[in-house]
Amino acid sequence: MPDLPTLSAAPASVDPWQPAFVEIVAIHDETPGVRTFDLAAPHGYTFEPGQFNMLYVPGYGEAAISISSHPKSPQVISHTIRRAGNVTGALFRCQPGDRIGLRGPFGSSWPVGRYRGANVVIAAGGIGLAPLRPAIYQLAAHREDYGRVAVVYGSRHPKDLLYRETFDQWRRADIEVLVTVDFADDHWTGPIGVVPTLLEQLPWMGPHTTLWTCGPEIMMRFTAQQALRQGITPDHLYLSLERNMNCAVGLCGHCQFGPSFVCKDGPVYAYRQIAPFLFVHDF
Amino acid sequence: MASPRIGSWIKIPKERLQQLIDTLASDGYRVVGPRIRDGAIILDDLTDIRQLPAGVVDEQDGGHYRLREDPTAGWFDFVVGPQSLKPFVLPPREPLLQLQRTSETWQTETPEIDDRPVAVLGLRGCDLHALSIMDRVFLEGPYVDPRYEKRRASLFLIGVHCRRAAPTCFCHSLKTGPALPAGFDLGLSELEEHFLLEVGSRRGAAVAARLQGEEPASGEITRARMATRALEQRMHDRPLHGDRRTAGRWLETDHLRDRLLGNLEHPRWSEVAERCLACANCTMVCPTCFCTTVEEVSDLSGDSVTRMRRWESCFTWEHSYTTAGPVHPTTQSRYRQWLTHKLASWHDQFGTSGCVGCGRCITWCPVGIDLTEEVAALGNEVPHA
Ligand SMILES: Cc1cc2nc3c(=O)[nH]c(=O)nc-3n(C[C@H](O)[C@H](O)[C@H](O)COP(=O)(O)OP(=O)(O)OC[C@H]3O[C@@H](n4cnc5c(N)ncnc54)[C@H](O)[C@@H]3O)c2cc1C
Ligand code: SF4
Ligand code: SF4
Repeated sequence: MPDLPTLSAAPASVDPWQPAFVEIVAIHDETPGVRTFDLAAPHGYTFEPGQFNMLYVPGYGEAAISISSHPKSPQVISHTIRRAGNVTGALFRCQPGDRIGLRGPFGSSWPVGRYRGANVVIAAGGIGLAPLRPAIYQLAAHREDYGRVAVVYGSRHPKDLLYRETFDQWRRADIEVLVTVDFADDHWTGPIGVVPTLLEQLPWMGPHTTLWTCGPEIMMRFTAQQALRQGITPDHLYLSLERNMNCAVGLCGHCQFGPSFVCKDGPVYAYRQIAPFLFVHDF
Repeated sequence: MASPRIGSWIKIPKERLQQLIDTLASDGYRVVGPRIRDGAIILDDLTDIRQLPAGVVDEQDGGHYRLREDPTAGWFDFVVGPQSLKPFVLPPREPLLQLQRTSETWQTETPEIDDRPVAVLGLRGCDLHALSIMDRVFLEGPYVDPRYEKRRASLFLIGVHCRRAAPTCFCHSLKTGPALPAGFDLGLSELEEHFLLEVGSRRGAAVAARLQGEEPASGEITRARMATRALEQRMHDRPLHGDRRTAGRWLETDHLRDRLLGNLEHPRWSEVAERCLACANCTMVCPTCFCTTVEEVSDLSGDSVTRMRRWESCFTWEHSYTTAGPVHPTTQSRYRQWLTHKLASWHDQFGTSGCVGCGRCITWCPVGIDLTEEVAALGNEVPHA
């Protein structure tokens, strides 16, 4: 197994079940059914891009939610959340000023520091852009340390595209931003299709490129295959997986993916680590 | 009397187990041991040696369990029942956190743990191995479960070296029995009129010192060991005798991890899924299955909330549920998850097999699915990925 960035192991004396209650300082509407929640960070809180928190609404339960804000502005930590069911529904009924529980950060992270000097491709589908945004912020902040950088992003409809207002900011930071949708509307002038196809527009992808992807699993599988075809090696290809999660600390058994636990060995994996299992049906 | 050394043995008349129970009780332990409940032997409160199922043996096979008296049987010649040590370290249901709403936020409180120490009599090699596997899960990873830790620390473990195996036992193939591994406080071996007690810890020594035991006569320790070794031999020779009824099953462990993980698309998975009811019995009785789910329990006002942890099983739909649907939607994918976890990926995760060969999942499966048979059906080839 490659030496992936490992999580911050908690001191054994800490009760891993104990949440910190933090204030919701702002809630932003993003796209239909998706909002970003800015939380006041607990004292001394730091995280790495790609890590997630367990957000807790008493009486409803916890949900694993990636951190979507800039790692260098640790006073406020943002979570971009799609309203799905019980817990996320309760979060959507919260107001600024309310307090919710937070445990974290958990999990592995995008290898931002390791790829200085390389080309970087970020390939996201739908809400999968949220856990990649902290990495994009970091790449933009240290843009001169990297070769070519591209964000390839796809959603079902144009109205579902997250963070559209920041695309131009990223472009100004010399990041190529390629966007596609499955279904166009009357105003859409961009490409229609899926993320893997759009990768073909990046002829410079190759052995000196790393690709990081997050989105629906099927999209990531096709993206991975396309990336390999375009010369990216299994060691430099990273995916962020999603599984049912209860404890986030490797004690509840829910998030297993073959030999690993997504909560502590993932969610970010090198393709090489999980390749034998990624294409097994219902695994 | 000076405490006997760790590793030393004392001999007591059988009836003196009563004194062992009383000594532990007077030290504040809740003493539990094998007792018959609803036709099965489980671990329950023990105050009197007459409560022990002496002279009883268990008939076990796939989907079959029955107790019967056997005039030749000793005090501990039955083997494991449906219950293991698991509920004593990981209760089927327990509160993790209590919350009370205040005007601005939530006050949290960690519920008290009933940490009255528990002494368990009659544990087998497989039971002790299972406990050390649970220790790896809950104590030896990056995060420690404080509730498990507290309960575990107060356990007093009295093991028994097995002299008889059920047809469902296959500890010998995993090297988890029939002899006890290290880790017990006191280890019992049964002779005709006596028990030999091996001292396994300082705590065990302090208790043994108060039992007025004598030194075993020459040859008695060897004789006690031989009974267990003879059983192990019978279990090993089973394929020769073809006598499955009395000497256990066999799980071939050579390349087991790779045989399983290399056969994820084998047709056998769909074949076993046609028999499996996805009832989750196997995971409930397994001494190492540790999956849990946390539920919210709140009062009517919603101002007082308890987070309850309960046992969960990978055979349920909820276990793998995500908003995209369950990752394991079929019985086939769930049985495969269970077996590959138990016997293969456990090695990657915890550096050990997740199975100790106790056979509980075979006996308590309503349709008698036998993991040793399922593994054998996958074949002995290690496919090249
Ligand atoms: C590492 C990780 C990062 C995530 N990041 C984000 C994010 O940034 N934004 C976002 O909107 N969503 C994210 N998710 C998905 C999010 O956790 C689920 O949408 C959420 O748990 C749904 O909960 P619910 O109670 O609203 O839905 P319900 O459908 O009511 O869920 C019922 C139960 O299923 C479990 N559950 C349901 N879906 C999931 C799931 N996908 N993963 C784990 N458990 C689930 C919940 O624990 C809950 O107990 C992430 C998931 C993981 C594993
Ligand atoms: S898998 Fe079956 S035989 Fe193995 S430890 Fe669990 S219950 Fe016992
Ligand atoms: S293997 Fe047997 S005990 Fe386990 S879920 Fe299937 S039917 Fe139930």
